[in-house]
Amino acid sequence: MDFSNILPALPSMMDGLWLTLKLTVLSIIGGVVIGTLLALARLSKYKFLAMAAGFYVNYFRSIPLLLVITWFYFMVPFIIGWVTGTNRPVGALTSCLIAFMLFEAAYFCEIVRAGIQSISKGQINAAYALGLNYRQAMQLIVLPQAFRKMMPLLMQQSIILFQDTSLVYAVGLMDFLNTARSRGDIVGQPHEFLLFAGLIYFIISFGASSYVTYLKKRTTV
Amino acid sequence: MNDNVTMIRFNNVNKWYGRDHHVLKNLNLEVKQGEVVVVCGPSGSGKSTLIRTINQLEAINDGEIWVDGIQANSTKTNINKLREEVGFVFQHFNLYPHLSVLENITLAPINVKKVPAAQAKQQALELLERVGLLNKKDAYPSNLSGGQQQRVAIARGLAMNPRVMLFDEPTSALDPEMIGEVLAVMKQLAESGMTMMVVTHEMGFAREVADRVIFLDHGEIVEDTMPESFFTSPQTDRAKQFLRQILSPMDQ
Repeated sequence: MDFSNILPALPSMMDGLWLTLKLTVLSIIGGVVIGTLLALARLSKYKFLAMAAGFYVNYFRSIPLLLVITWFYFMVPFIIGWVTGTNRPVGALTSCLIAFMLFEAAYFCEIVRAGIQSISKGQINAAYALGLNYRQAMQLIVLPQAFRKMMPLLMQQSIILFQDTSLVYAVGLMDFLNTARSRGDIVGQPHEFLLFAGLIYFIISFGASSYVTYLKKRTTV
Repeated sequence: MNDNVTMIRFNNVNKWYGRDHHVLKNLNLEVKQGEVVVVCGPSGSGKSTLIRTINQLEAINDGEIWVDGIQANSTKTNINKLREEVGFVFQHFNLYPHLSVLENITLAPINVKKVPAAQAKQQALELLERVGLLNKKDAYPSNLSGGQQQRVAIARGLAMNPRVMLFDEPTSALDPEMIGEVLAVMKQLAESGMTMMVVTHEMGFAREVADRVIFLDHGEIVEDTMPESFFTSPQTDRAKQFLRQILSPMDQ
């Protein structure tokens, strides 16, 4: 084993790690926002809305992420071209971002839905009794409490998402894993580079999940 | 007290839970401005349902409910607007656990009535002083006793400057030694001229503070009378039995 070639490759691997983190963070933000809207739709008194959101969630939870990523890679430029009438390539990053947001939204939706349902009816009644409308009751009373309760679950899901971003190698994006793999291939030392990549993924994921465990303890006590 | 202004009126109100459970049976009722009305009755008599229909936390199936000249159960009524005028105090307080005492009180004035934050805070501090909890303004609900939480809940309701205050068993979830502090706040509120409807088993409060007592059983108003006559000469057997049970529960 010879790890001496890793050091010179670090700058480009840092670029890869930066891309991985960017993908992760933006996907979490988009996924949570869309997931929250989906959760509100699933809990809506309007049957059609609830059914449509339910179908969306069940559908995306039943197909592989890799499939969604490759689909969107081919579909997003096509759809954008069709809508805007121009033929402009959007690039792998944009299509992957959209794929992750829409896919993860299905999982975040279920977490948020459980969070909303864990808030007592009395809280909602108290909001309504003071003249708050549905949007105010959700935004000021229910969601802030729900998000506090589900923070550990949201973070757990985000850690899984962080690992899953490595699937973007399928459409040729140079994320952290893909960069490490290709740099290793160039110098003919793939094993060392993959071991190193594994170590970095482990440190970030394990660090984050230890923090989640700490958060859980603090919120249950 | 203005004897002529009707604050709350029920016209032939009916409500069912499901098909068979007739919780409110053809109720007719009138509460005048400034009146304090205690609603009592055995559990399951519909008293909590009754008070929750006034601000439409519970819908009714038939009849009309009018609050301050506005029909509460009409689809044309902006119910959120009406609820601004009707304070509601819950059995289990339902303070917002993620907000401080002060924020609990100012939330609705700021967000619903669009009162400037500084003014809402000023009013909240005055209300906290009134309920004797000024020193708890920055505390969170989980750090307060039940009695203190309920007093904050009353202040929260009052912060909207309501025309009516409704109380749904405000002392039922409290330890006995905390009931007095909440009743004292309610009594003071009654004396200030607030129109109040109170579902309670606190007969001492009914006797001392109420202008009228309504006795509800199986969804019907069985008695509607002055407190003194309700306690000394109840007209119906059901009321007599209820009073026996509640005043001397050991002698059954």
